[in-house]
Amino acid sequence: MAASSRAQVLSLYRAMLRESKRFSAYNYRRIRDAFRENKNVKDPVEIQTLVNKAKRDLGVIRRQVHIGQLYSTDKLIIENRDMPRT
Amino acid sequence: MLLRVAWRRAAVAVTAAPGPKPAAPTRGLRLRVGDRAPQSAVPADTAAAPEVGPVLRPLYMDVQATTPLDPRVLDAMLPYLINYYGNPHSRTHAYGWESEAAMERARQQVASLIGADPREIIFTSGATESNNIAIKGVARFYRSRKKHLITTQTEHKCVLDSCRSLEAEGFQVTYLPVQKSGIIDLKELEAAIQPDTSLVSVMTVNNEIGVKQPIAEIGRICSSRKVYFHTDAAQAVGKIPLDVSDMKIDLMSISGHKIYGPKGVGAIYIRRRPRVRVEALQSGGGQERGMRSGTVPTPLVVGLGAACEVAQQEMEYDHKRISKLSERLIQNIMKSLPDVVMNGDPKHHYPGCINLSFAYVEGESLLMALKDVALSSGSACTSASLEPSYVLRAIGTDEDLAHSSIRFGIGRFTTEEEVDYTVEKCIQHVKRLREMSPLWEMVQDGIDLKSIKWTQH
Repeated sequence: MAASSRAQVLSLYRAMLRESKRFSAYNYRRIRDAFRENKNVKDPVEIQTLVNKAKRDLGVIRRQVHIGQLYSTDKLIIENRDMPRT
Repeated sequence: MLLRVAWRRAAVAVTAAPGPKPAAPTRGLRLRVGDRAPQSAVPADTAAAPEVGPVLRPLYMDVQATTPLDPRVLDAMLPYLINYYGNPHSRTHAYGWESEAAMERARQQVASLIGADPREIIFTSGATESNNIAIKGVARFYRSRKKHLITTQTEHKCVLDSCRSLEAEGFQVTYLPVQKSGIIDLKELEAAIQPDTSLVSVMTVNNEIGVKQPIAEIGRICSSRKVYFHTDAAQAVGKIPLDVSDMKIDLMSISGHKIYGPKGVGAIYIRRRPRVRVEALQSGGGQERGMRSGTVPTPLVVGLGAACEVAQQEMEYDHKRISKLSERLIQNIMKSLPDVVMNGDPKHHYPGCINLSFAYVEGESLLMALKDVALSSGSACTSASLEPSYVLRAIGTDEDLAHSSIRFGIGRFTTEEEVDYTVEKCIQHVKRLREMSPLWEMVQDGIDLKSIKWTQH
């Protein structure tokens, strides 16, 4: 099986960021920092391991976003002012 | 045609974006914007009350009391709450086997976080039970030859209370004082160890002032004097690197809900090489190597294991972020407000727990004023009484400063905006309360409060 290409990794990155926007500030930041931290990894085996982990995490995010919406409650006092982005 | 329109409208309503649903039952305490009335403990029937404005939840800055569940932890737990519901001690069918496999996997995850062997981890109902097992279990097992224990004055209530109950059984306990920094004096510890001392118990990170005790040095001292060393690491596990072999720890208490795991579960690490013998507190079917009988709650321990694994991966990232946010909070408050004291040693300190005393301001009134931020002025266990916290008293804080202390907690999910908002509100309300304070007026006029003779009637 061919190792994940640059295009695949980028599309996974975009998918995760998109999902996490509906979640909480933490996820957006954590995903961005994790992908940035590993951007210079060259070993294809390691890349594949990281990509597999990211795919699993994307599944977690999708499920948990859905559950969060089922049990949604009021917004935080700070979310009234603007969308938390850090 | 009308039916299709109606269906489409219904479909849109069902898949609407997340937000406050007007028909949803009231689940939590609600905070009304612009409402000055105190929060009521009764979930109000909001259908009757007129809508004042959007209802918003306060920011959560009290992570030492408890932490939210990490979504990765919840995701790991749910299968065991829905389909894989077997009893892990059932040996005869697949439900039991899969539950047991999950339990052992969780045990491995907890063990690898602290550098232990999975056989040394016993699941309990929380750090309080773990502390009870460690202190009472060790003391009672060696009761024939050893009758002395050592602990500190800043320990958690469950440790102090266990020691007190042992004193009633005839044991002798030394409560070591702490220095002004909150750290114990190692020479005092060495002097306190007697030939009949069985256990020394010192918590790793204090839950009220965030002070880190010199665990490695204490471990070295205890090991050289052949005394068992127990540490309550509930606030430290998963946040600072811990290794039970390097630090020569014999017993360690772990709490699930302090590391973004579920409430109602914890673990105790009991060393096997050299073996630490513990008398079991809870009798029953002999589960958990006979040390803690009772069915192991699979979903909860899976959650604890997942929380430990996530903590191990995220420890460095979290620590860097939390340190930065902590610096930001302290600097911004201290540069805008005079007469603010940070309780606890600033160097040997876990950055996520900041305890500040605001002079000339009463702590409770500041907490009431900061109603849109969830804070605490001391540990949740002692907040029912009006007395200032015993930890602050132990570090020698003046009575008036002890009453005006607030504990800020910064965790994995705290954002910069939340910290900035808290700082802004804190500064605003401290200034307002100080304006109203006659003591502050006197200080501004240059009067030394310590020189005043408060007359008695």
